[in-house]
Amino acid sequence: MSKNFAKRQVLPGFGITMGYTVTYLSLIVLVPLAALFLKSAGLGVADFWKAVSSPRVVASYKLTFGASLVAATINAIFGFVVAWTLVRYKFPGKRIIDAMIDLPFALPTAVSGIALTAVYSSHGWFGQYLEPLGIKVAYTPIGITLALVFIGLPFVVRTLQPALADLERESEEAAASLGANRFQTFTRVILPTILPALLTGFALSLARAIGEYGSVVFISGNMPMRTEITSLLIISKLEQYDTAGAAAISVVMLIASFGLLLSINLLQHLAGRRYQGAL
Amino acid sequence: MKSISPIVAFTLLATVAPLLAGCGSSTAASKSGSEPAGAASSKEPVTLLNVSYDPTRELYEEFNADFAKHYEEETGTPVTIEQSHGGAGKQARAVIDGLKADVVTLAIAYDIDQIAELTGLFPKDWQKRLDNNSCPYTSTIVFLVRSGNPKQIKDWDDLVKDGVEVITPNPKTSGGARYNYLGAWGYALKKFGNDEQKARDFVKKLYENVPVLGSGARDSTTTFVQREQGDVLITWENEALLALKELGPEKFEIVTPSVSILAEPPVTVVDKNAAAHGAQEAAVAYLKYLYSPAGQRLAAKHFYRPSLKEHAAPEDLERFKEIELFNVDEVFGGWPEAQAKHFNDGGLFDVIQEEIASSK
Repeated sequence: MSKNFAKRQVLPGFGITMGYTVTYLSLIVLVPLAALFLKSAGLGVADFWKAVSSPRVVASYKLTFGASLVAATINAIFGFVVAWTLVRYKFPGKRIIDAMIDLPFALPTAVSGIALTAVYSSHGWFGQYLEPLGIKVAYTPIGITLALVFIGLPFVVRTLQPALADLERESEEAAASLGANRFQTFTRVILPTILPALLTGFALSLARAIGEYGSVVFISGNMPMRTEITSLLIISKLEQYDTAGAAAISVVMLIASFGLLLSINLLQHLAGRRYQGAL
Repeated sequence: MKSISPIVAFTLLATVAPLLAGCGSSTAASKSGSEPAGAASSKEPVTLLNVSYDPTRELYEEFNADFAKHYEEETGTPVTIEQSHGGAGKQARAVIDGLKADVVTLAIAYDIDQIAELTGLFPKDWQKRLDNNSCPYTSTIVFLVRSGNPKQIKDWDDLVKDGVEVITPNPKTSGGARYNYLGAWGYALKKFGNDEQKARDFVKKLYENVPVLGSGARDSTTTFVQREQGDVLITWENEALLALKELGPEKFEIVTPSVSILAEPPVTVVDKNAAAHGAQEAAVAYLKYLYSPAGQRLAAKHFYRPSLKEHAAPEDLERFKEIELFNVDEVFGGWPEAQAKHFNDGGLFDVIQEEIASSK
């Protein structure tokens, strides 16, 4: 079976590339992750549970996953708008705006965090006007979400752009000529086509947000139970030389993230199948 | 199981990856000693790696150049000193995970204890090897307030008043900030005649006034200075003096409380690392030189209180106000005990924070 599979490929070298992939993935991803599990296993079940289920840690999960989900959702919506604008319209300065999308990738995360805090704290450019309205951004969960939106935006835009570029205008015209209104065209024609790409962007943005540290610690205020993200707790465990405890929390994060990503992949698969079935 | 394998270290690095970017762990700003200028010596040059924490950057930059000159004159051996700076806890962890430090000069003894404990690179009673608990220079905890001291902050009591916002880092992620917390605790113990419960209430009240817990000392300084958050910053005296010098005395004032805690940043030779490349002698001389008149003068110049005052320049000494000081050993029974009781998970700091959070 595998022989047949290998024979059917156009390019030769299945064996060597597969071997390379497995070795490479093992060295870079699997072995370190296995070591992480091993380290946390040294704790024993009771201590492991204690490390990962204390109220402070649970509060940080809620905050981290909650803010990450909100941020990824915001990114999915507004990232779509940005990608649509960049793909469908021609306007002066388009190239520059297109390049700017990648800036959150390139900036050291600490720089983004400090810059956002400077702008949104109570004496910052925006913060000074928001504060009188009763909106506090810096040092609240809103600030954390903002930082996560910032660092996650490029993922959605960059995954959507090729999908949108592939979208044929003719199908939209066909939909219109068949009597679909704009809303129907969007939900029945455009959305199903780009949904897999949108989900990928969402998932990447979410994954990035869950593990983020650098930009968030500067804007979060790090107040226990309220604005402490899980990565900060991992760091504070390391500061007290509790490597196993830090590994335990990391394992929980890892499993939760993996579960989330897996279910998004599944959704994507379903979405893709539905779309193909419709064809 | 105690020692940390490189694999695990790598793993932790990978999983908590981006966080290191945030926290300024810069390395190896090499300060080379003078070339063997025709000296009759044919001695092998020596390289020392000094792993230190953040606020000693300026001090060691000057001290290293001075020592290199001195050492070569004395012994004919040219010496190059490499510096690594970063958060104290992170730096200690790096040494534990295998960074080949010849000397460590960190913020609190607890971090150096952990290196001795987990690696055995030097004896556990390292702190007895040099004078003054192996602290060539010390500091204390003071307050930085905005010019004119609008909230009239004079002492620790003023930090627990309603409407005062206090900026201080999280003692769980910042080693240096443990002194801030213990300073308040020690003051309250003194004030209330060693009543633990009252001291606990005092510290809780103080942390109720903290709107933002920075992840490190510099983070909190930025929050206070650049973000203009809060009325008072609790900080090490050397940091406060440096901030004043950098930012101008017209914007901020230092308030020295009536009583404070003695901050003791200790130093030690990492014996096995130094011996492994024949630098033991130079490493010992390096730390001894910190206690010399020249070393003491430089420490005072860079805002640390010298352990031997007579060697410091009088104008530098003037900056250090007379203040009643207590230390961690006498009030808290040493670092291991203080760490276990207050800062480990489930310790008093956590309990207090959980109480504050649930009351809000």
